[in-house]
Amino acid sequence: MELDTVLISRLLTAMTLGFHIIFATLGVGVPLMISAAEFIGIKRKDPHYRLLARRWTRGFIISVAVGVVTGTAIGLQLSLVWPNFMQMAGNVISLPLFMEVFAFFFEAIFLGIYLYTWDRFKNEYIHWLFSLPIIIGGGFSAVFITIVNAFMNTPDGFEVENGAFAAVNPIGAMLNPATPTKVFHVLSTAYLTCAAILAAITAFLILKKKATDYYKKALKLTLALTFVFGVLTVITGDTSAKFLAAHQPEKLAAAEWHFETEEGADLILFGWLNDAHETIGEIRIPKFLSFLAHGDFNAEVTGLEETPEEMWPPLWVHYMFDLMVTIGFVLPAIALLYFILKKMKNRQEHNKGMLSLIALSGPLALAAIEFGWIYAEEGRQPWIIRGYMTVEEAATSSPYIGLMFILFLALYILLGTLFVITLRKIFRDNPAEEELEKHYPSVKKGDES
Amino acid sequence: MSYEIIGISVLWIFLYGYLIVASIDFGAGFFAFYAKITKQDHVVNQLIARYLSPVWEVTNVFFVFFFVGIVGFFPESAYYYGSALLVPGSIAIILLAIRGSFYAFENYGSKQSTVYTFLYGATGLLIPASLSVALTMSEGGFITEENGVVSLQYLKLFTSPLSWSIVALAIVSVLFISATFLSFYAARAQDEPALKLVRHFALFWSTPSIIAALTTFIFLSQHNPGHYENMLDLWWMLGLSVGFFMIASWLLYMGKYYGIAFVSIMLQYFFAFFGYGIGHYPYILDPLISIHEGATHESMGIALIIAFIGGLLLLVPSLILLMKLFLFNADYVKGKK
Ligand code: HDD
Ligand code: HEM
Ligand code: HEM
Repeated sequence: MELDTVLISRLLTAMTLGFHIIFATLGVGVPLMISAAEFIGIKRKDPHYRLLARRWTRGFIISVAVGVVTGTAIGLQLSLVWPNFMQMAGNVISLPLFMEVFAFFFEAIFLGIYLYTWDRFKNEYIHWLFSLPIIIGGGFSAVFITIVNAFMNTPDGFEVENGAFAAVNPIGAMLNPATPTKVFHVLSTAYLTCAAILAAITAFLILKKKATDYYKKALKLTLALTFVFGVLTVITGDTSAKFLAAHQPEKLAAAEWHFETEEGADLILFGWLNDAHETIGEIRIPKFLSFLAHGDFNAEVTGLEETPEEMWPPLWVHYMFDLMVTIGFVLPAIALLYFILKKMKNRQEHNKGMLSLIALSGPLALAAIEFGWIYAEEGRQPWIIRGYMTVEEAATSSPYIGLMFILFLALYILLGTLFVITLRKIFRDNPAEEELEKHYPSVKKGDES
Repeated sequence: MSYEIIGISVLWIFLYGYLIVASIDFGAGFFAFYAKITKQDHVVNQLIARYLSPVWEVTNVFFVFFFVGIVGFFPESAYYYGSALLVPGSIAIILLAIRGSFYAFENYGSKQSTVYTFLYGATGLLIPASLSVALTMSEGGFITEENGVVSLQYLKLFTSPLSWSIVALAIVSVLFISATFLSFYAARAQDEPALKLVRHFALFWSTPSIIAALTTFIFLSQHNPGHYENMLDLWWMLGLSVGFFMIASWLLYMGKYYGIAFVSIMLQYFFAFFGYGIGHYPYILDPLISIHEGATHESMGIALIIAFIGGLLLLVPSLILLMKLFLFNADYVKGKK
């Protein structure tokens, strides 16, 4: 019975976070895309881009609503489901959680202003300026919550006395070793994901309708951003791996099925494990694990043998890691392919195959976010605060947790369904072509080419 | 002043802020629904939407601020409240989630739907009811701890007159605060038909609100005499609260100075809420968590206060801007922008 409560607590948290993270990622990244489109629109006096900003905002506000309510859920659940964790860790890590609230506050206020002041100012840049606090607020929410998560991986900034945290240094706890790489990777992936999703929606619409100027401009902008943030993600992902090698070697080793400490270690892609912990059917890239871990093809990489077996993370995280990394290379490659086609003489960039690939990149990016978090969280097991408290010790003892799981599952299914229905309705009832005429009648109609 | 006193004061002020802004929001949801089923929605719902649309997310953050702050300053409370409140807390989350998201689905998304409006109105009353369990619990006597397992005594909770009187007080207050605010807003918008309707709501709910407050006070004296005695020592705060209630009711009745009427109600609740809160001292959860023993380390407490001051420097100007653009901008309120 004891263990069942723990398992359900884990599943409940995983479900809530897995759901929240979708909307949280959109909340971090989409404002940047909106702001970029509005800025270009004002600067070039191009109504297409400004309409783009308006329409993205309209979808964004729906996702913010779901992000806010699921975020409120996870915030309360931290205390409800993990009371022992919050009691212990609250002493050390409440500062960034508290600061996160200010970031939300800031974001919420300016989002309200941004939404309801589209045509209120003579100088159009004033309205655009209001998008900046939204980007900053969303970005800093991500920074602060990621710091909390970093602390759980490499706790720092306190001493232990009689089993409790003492001599707390809140700033030290925030600047724990995991913070820099984690923060940058989370931010770059959020921007990448949003760019890819918006590109995918645009490509999908072009496939369904036809390639008007409006859609072409949207596609070019979002794919350019996908490429930039895609490359950035590969870089920040690489630094994340180097951080793991130095501070959390068992997580990297579990992801790479790297059992024995050795020099010049190979990178293992996919494959499977037999009972004797030997890999079968894998793709081996010689010495690349050493490079990933230390930037040197002959460096020594710590293996799982140095961690007691009962403290190993589950070995299936290997697949999560591999899928994430694969997607990490695929996304910028798709964007690059588009620009190569565009540069070529006969201009084939809007053919069906290319557009289908782009339409796929949005779901892929979201999947990579989920894989990445599952890897990061499962890779920390069995710890909730690495080295100090296990997940089992942290969970609630309430017998009602199973019932709560079912209630929340129903809630998320409902919210997810209505989210999709509402979005489709908004955009179907109000096609871009009509809206362009309504808001900017000066644009001549036959603008498709 | 010690850091834990500063901490609890800040949190109590924010909880008071949430009480006001959330009451406006929750009550408005109920009135919107009521107006719809009595076919008066064309009169008020435009007005309600113009106020609520830009600010609902801000309202939610007040709440997040409070619960993040309380586990930050008083991590012990996460243990007891967190363990005991799993069920009522989860129900409150679900209601809040339905309310917030459906509001967005309806307002930014599809056309009006009676189901959404109903849920929006119903949750407006159920959320204060479910959140008030935490307040009842803080009076002590509703939880047990055995072998490290903390549990809430549901039977005791559901049969306690104190708990039901707090629920009633919460609901009635929500309606009263909200109706008075909407009267002020309608008066600013010079929207006579809407004003007539919401002023009627405000007058209707004024008497029940003071009755519910007195009833709660009486049941409190039976359940937790210590807290009751402490509150009696603060008789002047309670007196001021009643005084402001009378001013507000009078102004509403006369149909004048709606702004002052609303401020009086804010002061009425301010004095009652702080009289209640100060009387609760030194306990956060009577008698298990006291402010002094349950507080976080000093270094963290001070860091939180510094972060708080920094945060306020950022937020206050932004909030003023928000209010200037939407609440005090006559053209916006009238619907011209
Ligand atoms: C679009 C999403 C996405 C993409 C394409 C990638 N990642 Fe990632 N990754 C994440 C989304 C993500 C994430 C969801 O943001 C995680 C989960 C936890 C975290 O800190 O970031 C993450 C975690 C994470 C970690 C664990 C960090 C930790 O636990 O401290 C490593 C080592 C990498 N990533 C490495 C990479 C590499 C080498 C990539 C290759 C190109 C890559 N990621 C692409
Ligand atoms: C333990 C994990 C988390 C907790 C406790 C949490 C908490 C919250 C809360 C309470 C809200 C609602 C705030 C409001 O009322 O406005 C929220 C929304 C949000 N969260 Fe989370 N969050 C978590 C994970 C994350 C992560 C990992 C990110 C980013 C990578 C993130 C980014 C956001 C953003 C941007 C919002 C604003 C809503 C939106 O714009 O969609 N959160 N979160
Ligand atoms: C700050 C407090 C946090 C706590 C107490 C916490 C705790 C947990 C626990 C116990 C699990 C279940 C792991 C398991 O399956 O055994 C989990 C899973 C997960 N967490 Fe964290 N976590 C926190 C922060 C975060 C943050 C900031 C994120 C970012 C979004 C996050 C993302 C996830 C995800 C996506 C999963 C699902 C993994 C899976 O499917 O197994 N967590 N978390």
